Amino acid sequence: MRRSPGAGRRECGRALRGSVFLSCAVLVGTLAVGGHSLGSSPAESADESAAFDQLLKLLAERRHDHVTFTEVQELAILDQPLHSSGELLYDAPDRLEKRTLEPRVEDLVLEHGMLSVQRDHHRRSVALHDFPQAVPFVESLRATLAGDRAALARYFAVQFSGTLGSWRLELTPTDAALKRSVQHILITGETDRIRTVQIRQSDGDTSTLTIGREVGP
Amino acid sequence: MTSAGKTATLIWALGALLAAIIAARASYTADLSAFLPRRASATQRLLVEQLREGPAAHLIIAAIGGADAATRAAVSRQIALRLRADPAFLSFDNGDATQLERDREFLFEHRYLLSPRVSPPLFTASGLHQAIGAALDVLASSAGPLVKPFFLRDPTLETLAIIESLDASRVPHTAAGVWSSPDGTRALILAHTRASGADIDGQQAACVALERSFAAASAALPAVQRSAVTFSMSGPPVLAVASRATIKSQVWRLSAISAAGIAVLLIAVYRSLPVLLLTFVPVASGALAGVAAVALGFPAVHGITLGFGVTLIGESVDYAIYLFTQRPSDFRTAVWPTIRLGVLTSICGFAALLPSTFPGLSQLGLYSIAGLTTAALVTRFVLPAWLPRTVGMRDLTAAGNELERVFVRLRAARGALLFVAILAVTLLYLHRGALWSRELAALSPIRAADLQLDEELRAAAGAPDTGYIVVAAAAEREATLKAAEAVSAQLAPLVEQGVIGGFDSPTRFLPSLAAQEARRRSLPPASVLRARLDESLRGLPLTAARLEPFVSDVERARAAPLLQQADLAGSSLGLVVDTLLVRGSAGWSALLPLSAHDGPDLPAAAVAQVHGAVASASIGAQLVDLKGEADRLYSGYLGEAVRLAIGGLCAIALLLIVALRSPARVARVVAPLALSVLTVAALFAALGHALTILHVVGMLLIVAVGSNYALFFDRAAMHPGEGSLPRTLASLVLANLATVIAFGVLACSSVPVLADLGSTVAPGTLLALLFSAMLAPPVTRTVGKGAVG
Repeated sequence: MRRSPGAGRRECGRALRGSVFLSCAVLVGTLAVGGHSLGSSPAESADESAAFDQLLKLLAERRHDHVTFTEVQELAILDQPLHSSGELLYDAPDRLEKRTLEPRVEDLVLEHGMLSVQRDHHRRSVALHDFPQAVPFVESLRATLAGDRAALARYFAVQFSGTLGSWRLELTPTDAALKRSVQHILITGETDRIRTVQIRQSDGDTSTLTIGREVGP
Repeated sequence: MTSAGKTATLIWALGALLAAIIAARASYTADLSAFLPRRASATQRLLVEQLREGPAAHLIIAAIGGADAATRAAVSRQIALRLRADPAFLSFDNGDATQLERDREFLFEHRYLLSPRVSPPLFTASGLHQAIGAALDVLASSAGPLVKPFFLRDPTLETLAIIESLDASRVPHTAAGVWSSPDGTRALILAHTRASGADIDGQQAACVALERSFAAASAALPAVQRSAVTFSMSGPPVLAVASRATIKSQVWRLSAISAAGIAVLLIAVYRSLPVLLLTFVPVASGALAGVAAVALGFPAVHGITLGFGVTLIGESVDYAIYLFTQRPSDFRTAVWPTIRLGVLTSICGFAALLPSTFPGLSQLGLYSIAGLTTAALVTRFVLPAWLPRTVGMRDLTAAGNELERVFVRLRAARGALLFVAILAVTLLYLHRGALWSRELAALSPIRAADLQLDEELRAAAGAPDTGYIVVAAAAEREATLKAAEAVSAQLAPLVEQGVIGGFDSPTRFLPSLAAQEARRRSLPPASVLRARLDESLRGLPLTAARLEPFVSDVERARAAPLLQQADLAGSSLGLVVDTLLVRGSAGWSALLPLSAHDGPDLPAAAVAQVHGAVASASIGAQLVDLKGEADRLYSGYLGEAVRLAIGGLCAIALLLIVALRSPARVARVVAPLALSVLTVAALFAALGHALTILHVVGMLLIVAVGSNYALFFDRAAMHPGEGSLPRTLASLVLANLATVIAFGVLACSSVPVLADLGSTVAPGTLLALLFSAMLAPPVTRTVGKGAVG
């Protein structure tokens, strides 16, 4: 017998996958910075522009990262923030892993355009092309890897400020679908070290990821 | 025309008219399930019911390929827009947001009746503390954005618990907002037709509506994209429609080609158009009588049965050939008795098929008996009266004399047959293990290319079925759902342990009323819940006041009515329930299909563990291996067909013993037939072609047709003064050529069952003639009788 594939179950499953979208935002946002360059905006001073170019060059030289992180989420529906922590792994050019260890073990991996989430014993994988709204992130990454700043500017307005020793990048989505969920992504760092990644969602809730010490090989 | 001739013609005309009326009013079917058993075990009955009437029989999977994802999605949405309201479809899904929202709302609305976690312990202070604490962890995880919007109404995340319990492996991918194949190259649509599996006209209407709406949707595209988008669809309705169309066109085309081939052969020999036309009168009468008999004896005439009609051309055309190629005076005295015995032999053979539990075989048996009897009677009583006296038929004596010389040489080489026999038996012995095909698919009238597309689209729409289903059955719906819940409780640990990948159950969306009632009873009143929340939220980052929406939702759920199957009607969740909860002839069955951990196959160890779990539930449930069951069903048929065929052969032997009254003569008639069957079987074995039921039927046909040849040779030897040997030889060769043409054409059919039959009978009858000639007793040459008419 051939059983009808349950349409309802599919749709519910798809709903679950919707959550992947913001995960993508976190991951790819981090990856874009952790790995490589971002476009510069005309508002930057000559010094800042030079510092930005230098920063991109330095970041591009990093092939591997393994660091700890702590994350604080401030949600309007709660009285107190939510805390989580774990490790981040990066391998050039396109693999990023976020291992949350506390309070709930979760493993999120972006690799070759596939995003997979493992919780408990269940692993779910989705192809990024299933989520066209996440494509700007990935395209920005690909464009960046290819040195194509124009393509990057299609999805984000990028504002660099500060010096190479202490810098700040503000990414504002220009893509309409992306704008509906993310206000901006704010990244700070010192030379080739990223310190924080803050995502402000459109509803005002924020999540702040703070990069900790390096984990030895 | 004599008065007897006039009477015969009148009877023939009335009979033909009656048969034509019956045939015109008969219903015709082409789906495979019509070929399934009349007597079957409960499991097999379920299988057949599912094949024929279950929701699975209504599913069409359509795929839009080519162009880019956005274009495909646009076409998918356009088609959905046109067909969602179409009464030809029960449901029409392409994965876009409309349906999704409805289903999510339904699950959210009824979460306290549907979630298996809802029980008194969950609503104690410590239970709530634990559940809300875990929910906060989810809120902090990557799934946070999903649960955040309804967290304050559902802080224990019951909706998520329901969604997560669904079999995730069956979720199709999405591209540009609609369902897509995993590789992202095709947009997918799942449609359920309103027409049942047996209503092929209705299903054809649905298929046409789909194709039309695709044509309309793609016509609206810019030229570049219009030429790039492609459309394909599959599923039981599509296959049934396609196979009916194939069979229909094949039946007509093959009949036409056979008839044309035979006509060319006969016109070359007869050089007379009227005689040629008369030759086809018994054939057409026989075919009509056959269809009418099947229409009277069965609820529907299967298309394949009509395909077998071509086989009738092969045999019944012989009768007219015997009539026209031998002298009229000889016909009544020498030829007719032989034909009569030949027809009786055939009837014995085919009568053996009548009691078959396989409707396809019994239809074939009835069709052949009615058809051959009619053809022989028309040849004997109607045709002679119509024979134009003035038409000079070509005398075949000259050709016959040539044949006689060949015949004498062949007889001299009869010793070679011993080697043929030894070789055939040796080949069969060597290949004895792989002789028979044991798969039900061998009977499918569906072309391989169509099957491959079906597999492809099914794989694209979801993980392939393992073919293992736990079936819980009871007389009432409620009892069946309770049984399904008991089985689910046994299967859940196996999923946790990773023994099986997952399973589905109708109770996910329609729990038993008892389970729903228990869940509803475990919901505390508002005041109690508030007090417990106060206590349970200590140490958590939120206060009870924020969860007031939760308190009021629980309060509302306490008063809400229980879910009935009717509440799900029309939704895609209802479709799932309809698929998994089926009402059969003997009550209700809940189907719980299992999925493997990875890949489409369930390991034997896992099967054993599921068996154990199902047995320990100590309720009316069993694990069914659908593929295995289907193949066992087919094996049963095959065994039965072989037994029936052997029975038929015994009946033929008995008939010959009675008619010929001499064991030696019977042996001489039977030996060439047996040898041809053996040789054909050995050829198939040597070519690595496994034998199916249709080959068995083909062998029966070899005996039925070949017996005529052997009987003619026998008669020629027994009555040397009667008739003309050269003419007999010429008519046998001509008849055999006609038979080989008819079955040779059948062998070229793209419908596997027809091709199997043709490729068995065409070489088999040729060998039967050859072997009969070689093994024929010596004939005393009668001189001077040839030219007298």
